[in-house]
Amino acid sequence: MSGQSTPLRLFWAEFRENKVAVFALVVVVLMILLALFASVVSPQNPYDLANLSLMDSRRPPGFVGSGGYTHILGTDPQGRDLLSAIFYGLRISIQIGLAAGFVSLTIGTTLGILAAYVGGRIEALIMRLVDLQLSFPAILLALVIVALLGQGKAQLIGALVAAQYAYFARTAYGAAKAERGKDYIEAAVATPLSARLVVLRHLLPNCTPPLIVVATVQIANSISLEATLSFLGLGLPVTEPSLGMLISNGFPYMMSGRYWISVYPGVALIILIVAINIVGDQVRDQFNPRLRR
Amino acid sequence: MSAPVLSVRDLRTHFFTRAGVVKAVDGVSFDLAPGEIMGLVGESGSGKTVTGFSLLGLVDEPGRIVEGSIKLNGTELTTLSDVELRARRGRDISMIFQDPIATLNPMLTIGQQMKLAIDAHERLGKRAADARATELLTQVGIPSAAARLRAYPHEFSGGMRQRVAIAIALLHRPAVIVADEPTTALDVSIQAQILYQMRDLAAETGTALIWISHDLAVVSSLASKLAVMYAGRIVEQGPTATLLRDPRHPYTAGLLASLPAMAPPGAPLAQIPGTTPSLLSLPPGCPFAPRCDRATAECAAEPEITFRGDRGWRCFHPVGQAEEVTA
Amino acid sequence: MSAFLSIDNVSRLFGPNLTTGEKIAAKLGAKVETRSVRAVSDVSLTVARGETLGLVGESGCGKSTLGRLIAGILPPTAGTVMIDGAPVMENGAKVTTRVQTVFQDPFASLDPRMKVGDTVSEGPIAHGLTNKVKTKAYVAEWFERVGLDPVWVDRYPHQFSGGQRQRIAIARALAMQPDVLICDEPVASLDVSIQAQIINLFLELTRDLGLTTIFISHDLSVVQHVSDRVAVMYLGRIVELGPVAEVFGKPAHPYTDALFGSVPKLVLDADELVHFDTIEGEVPSPLSPPSGCYYHPRCPLATQACSDQQPLMQPVTERREVACHHFEEQIAKGLDKAV
Repeated sequence: MSGQSTPLRLFWAEFRENKVAVFALVVVVLMILLALFASVVSPQNPYDLANLSLMDSRRPPGFVGSGGYTHILGTDPQGRDLLSAIFYGLRISIQIGLAAGFVSLTIGTTLGILAAYVGGRIEALIMRLVDLQLSFPAILLALVIVALLGQGKAQLIGALVAAQYAYFARTAYGAAKAERGKDYIEAAVATPLSARLVVLRHLLPNCTPPLIVVATVQIANSISLEATLSFLGLGLPVTEPSLGMLISNGFPYMMSGRYWISVYPGVALIILIVAINIVGDQVRDQFNPRLRR
Repeated sequence: MSAPVLSVRDLRTHFFTRAGVVKAVDGVSFDLAPGEIMGLVGESGSGKTVTGFSLLGLVDEPGRIVEGSIKLNGTELTTLSDVELRARRGRDISMIFQDPIATLNPMLTIGQQMKLAIDAHERLGKRAADARATELLTQVGIPSAAARLRAYPHEFSGGMRQRVAIAIALLHRPAVIVADEPTTALDVSIQAQILYQMRDLAAETGTALIWISHDLAVVSSLASKLAVMYAGRIVEQGPTATLLRDPRHPYTAGLLASLPAMAPPGAPLAQIPGTTPSLLSLPPGCPFAPRCDRATAECAAEPEITFRGDRGWRCFHPVGQAEEVTA
Repeated sequence: MSAFLSIDNVSRLFGPNLTTGEKIAAKLGAKVETRSVRAVSDVSLTVARGETLGLVGESGCGKSTLGRLIAGILPPTAGTVMIDGAPVMENGAKVTTRVQTVFQDPFASLDPRMKVGDTVSEGPIAHGLTNKVKTKAYVAEWFERVGLDPVWVDRYPHQFSGGQRQRIAIARALAMQPDVLICDEPVASLDVSIQAQIINLFLELTRDLGLTTIFISHDLSVVQHVSDRVAVMYLGRIVELGPVAEVFGKPAHPYTDALFGSVPKLVLDADELVHFDTIEGEVPSPLSPPSGCYYHPRCPLATQACSDQQPLMQPVTERREVACHHFEEQIAKGLDKAV
């Protein structure tokens, strides 16, 4: 019985045992750092049109361009250095993924816990709406909303949130419903504590484990959904390409041997999503009491 | 006394967990005669359930029997292969669990489950199997048993389900049944009915019974002999009546003294101080020493079990020595 | 005897609400069965200040539900619970801190993500019994009172044993400075060697603090030890009520007699095996209770009157009440047995 064994420490001790998950976590952190410091680590600012030269467009990896440095991964049709474009693209993808993830988490959790705690008609109304929405494919919903709202970062995040909050609401509802029946909630209600205190201090903290799991998976999903929308040309403006748009930009040249324009951003996207999912899987396994030793 | 049907010597079952080696069973020896009922008493974590599981070869990873011998009708069980063990489990030795809901398959009728249990060891036609099942269900006190064969577990009450589990355990007339707190989840009126029946069944069928329980009162009215476990060891064993009337180990004595019936109403109960030790960090020597008011420097070494006639205890300073001298 | 805690004709129904389909069917004139269960049926009780009332019965008899109704956790379907003349609940919400509860399972009743010190202090802070400055001393005082080291306030529940957790749960209840304490099977999930410690703590604290206690347990020997009076419940109704020594010594209700008879007792002086008095059959489903006296299908004294008419609580002696048509016969039978 050591005073140091907080739940978080125990959690990390167990996480550390899965070497693959630790590696994936390192990859995720590394990619987030690359995205954060994109302007420092990139050889070129791909958004500054003054830097771009059409002379350098669609050059293969290893080409030394007019800037005087080597384009390690080649250049895209606008003459951007692909490596720099990937770093900047990562930044946008992660930004949008995180923003959409957290907004969905907040809205979904609020609705789910409200439904579970209040019950009655409010519960029925919220959960039927959530069920209805879960019966549509997320991509379809996002497409319709982007088509209605137009292009732009905020609009895109809005579309992703609308497509994803329902997953959080379902999860939060299920967890809160299960926790609500437990003695410690009854003890808090019996004190009596106000509903606000019961929900914020007891119910919400105990619903977090499944929400964290869904959040990691949904952030990965947001990123891939954003990439899909951008690929379809419904994402962000062409001047600030995300990973999806980089892939889309290179797509017409795939068959003409200029594979790198699509492939390298694609690889970056896959690494990011797979790494997040491996971390998410490990977190889920650790929270699942049935898989515990 | 006839030759023992089950003979356990120095059984040790350890669990090799990430946090360390948990010595769940660490020195258990006893004999069981045909038709005899032995109460295995202990608190949670005392190793009584793991002892039961060890007898049936049901200890799962990361646990295993590291030492000792279990002889059932003269056959050593600890060295048998899984296949050989499976052939004996249910036929020669069977188990009844605390929670009958978890042991019965909700998707099969009682009749189907009993047929499966019969098929595991014997070839019987449908009609013969039904007849056997009906006979046993009647024996354990299930009314209109033949009709109830077609019922599903959820159609039975908790007490009736436990009776079905007992009937299944009895199907092959095993030599030994290990019952792990089978009445703990039941109401007292149902518990009394089942205890009463088990006593008669053991006498009728000659099946020996190991009754695992935390409740001294339950085993005192059922078992002819007792083994008291603490921290993986049997600390005291002997015939029920003399053991309870005249306990030797300070733990047994403390448990008995702490029962509410032992003090006048409203008066403070005699209590054993401290908490049950974690098996991961057992004190060296006698594991009960830190809670024991008779402990001395000598107790820093682990006491061996001392036998006097049919009584045995694991203590350097047993209670009630004076009486023994006069007797 | 003055009534400090009074429970007046309290009932509680449980059951699924009708589905929309059934509501429509009912409106169209179809007969729709309500599947509600009367967990507690028309119970009236008074408890004096400082008294401990034991509540016994088998699972499903409604003793825990009655405890929750008195504790203000569940609103009664009918009837009222008052402490010192003030209601415990109004409009379905608890409006007093004067009654607190200790739950059965200390592994479930403590928030696993909250430090145990915060678990004890949050109620008193929310109700102004202490303030942010004094909290630490206040919590330490209650920790010491229940036999815990105050340096443990920053630990989490998983770092404690069952007995220690139950002490924390007791500290949480008492830190609210209640007048009435509801103990719902407080020792049932503890190890045998720990039960005596917790029972002693209860005896000491209820006496020192002058608490009025409802002690719910299926363990008759524990109830017998701690209670002044006892109420025996069967299928949601109280069937017998009175001083504990009299009720268990000379049961006036055949059910009390049978319940006490089927409890395994520690056999010390017999080398022969004991005989059990077993009750025939099982507790009927509360969904379709028998007519008249709920116990009559299992009762050896039952007559036609028992299946026709529900017996009401009537006085046996000054302090005892029983709901049985044949209680005089039962008492006579008990005397025969004693002779």
